[in-house]
Amino acid sequence: MGFLDTLLGRTKPVQPNLDVLFQLPSAAVTLEAATGFTPTGTGSVCFRPVEGRAFADVEKDVRELLDMSGAKSGTLPVEVTKDSYGFTWLVSSHMSTEIEDLVTDLHAVNSALVDNGFGPQLLCTLVAFRDEQQRRLALVYLFKRGTFYPFAPLPGDRRDNGLELQIKGVLEGELKMEQDLSRWFPVWGAPGL
Amino acid sequence: MVARTRYAPDRGLTVRMGLTMFLLGLVFVAFVAAIIGISAAVHASDGAIVFFAVVLGGGLAIGSFFYSDKIALSTAGAQLVTPQQAPELHGIVDRICALADMPKPRIAISPTDLPNAFATGRNSEHAVLCVTQGLMRRLTPEELEGVISHEMSHVAHKDVMVMTVASFLAIIAGLLIRFSFYGELFGGGGRRGGNNNNQSALPILLIIMAVSIVVYAISFLLIRLLSRYRELAADRSGALLTGQPSALASALTKVSGSIARIPTKDLREAAPLNAFFFAPALSAQQAQSKFGELFSTHPSLDKRLAQLAKISQQLGQH
Repeated sequence: MGFLDTLLGRTKPVQPNLDVLFQLPSAAVTLEAATGFTPTGTGSVCFRPVEGRAFADVEKDVRELLDMSGAKSGTLPVEVTKDSYGFTWLVSSHMSTEIEDLVTDLHAVNSALVDNGFGPQLLCTLVAFRDEQQRRLALVYLFKRGTFYPFAPLPGDRRDNGLELQIKGVLEGELKMEQDLSRWFPVWGAPGL
Repeated sequence: MVARTRYAPDRGLTVRMGLTMFLLGLVFVAFVAAIIGISAAVHASDGAIVFFAVVLGGGLAIGSFFYSDKIALSTAGAQLVTPQQAPELHGIVDRICALADMPKPRIAISPTDLPNAFATGRNSEHAVLCVTQGLMRRLTPEELEGVISHEMSHVAHKDVMVMTVASFLAIIAGLLIRFSFYGELFGGGGRRGGNNNNQSALPILLIIMAVSIVVYAISFLLIRLLSRYRELAADRSGALLTGQPSALASALTKVSGSIARIPTKDLREAAPLNAFFFAPALSAQQAQSKFGELFSTHPSLDKRLAQLAKISQQLGQH
């Protein structure tokens, strides 16, 4: 934000950065080789709905788009949930081997929102992983920073910081990881995780 | 391709705010020129008073700027809270910071029942966000989010810095009024004995005092005007950030309505923090009259609601 914008009190909503998502499939391969975590095939997009008709229409279009692509490939329809903070999560489920399709779906949601001028409403995209011991892990993509960070929830709203830091180290060369640890905000109870 | 944007800036507000700041700057320049002119023309030793006022005023301004977070927190009797102590509040702030790409501020809760919130700190790295228990008790999560996004917009707009710079002039003018008043009472008599120029010493102090009073009055009104514009700007940015202008509007009506019912003792305790509050504790009666609004740090509820209704309409358009 420029000096003049600050002085005059007109913050511009931050536009998201989408294309980085396509680096996820190759990062997933690295992740599996190094730690044994494999994608569950589930991913979600989280955004803040805007009041009014315009946004409701865009949201409906996106849902139909995903349902159509799901019906074609024979996967589950898109699940829509609203969390307690008022954010909407669109959950897309594929087979665990279809991470490319999952990323394409997620990207379609994101670009539909951006194309209709609602890019600033995007919060994060989340792709779920699991290892043989059924430990849960999510790679969270922060749209506004263009960075990823790991989120490993443990029962009782605690997070496995050791595992998260290990994952960060593994993926450092593959993805742009968030270096500022204070930005690794937890997404407790995120759908699809 | 540039992404389509729905977030058009409010040019009218930008122009009015810019003009207010320009006028403040103009008053400042005129004030400095007048003081230098007066002291240089007649008697050099009166310059000492001006010098003292600038040093002391500057010290006060810089001090309150650097310690704004600590001063505000201790005035409000607020306690910093960890994510474990207030998970929901932290969750809301986390999400707003991620949406706006801002560093997360420290979060405090003030144990008063007055429903209010403020954000302070010299920059976004040292920002503190404080909400009262009364606010958390009265508002729904969506309304609370609206209030917090309004406060985070204050942080993004660096309002503490802008208002400190703007108040600097008024602080110096205020100090000069006091100094020249005491200078007349005590200093003037002492000098009369040995100094040849003593005839002119007294009127000069009077002139400095008169100029300072005028400057103080004008800059006071301009600062209040600027503060009201900054509030409107923060409402606007906050509403665009969450995409829910109506939730913020509903929070405003709830907060303003219940503040009017609070007994005066609490109001007086909260008075020094007014400029940073979400809704000022004293606004209920003041906002009634046009004249009262001139002195108010916050715009009237009607104005704020009207702006939010306009934003809501714009967001809903295809």
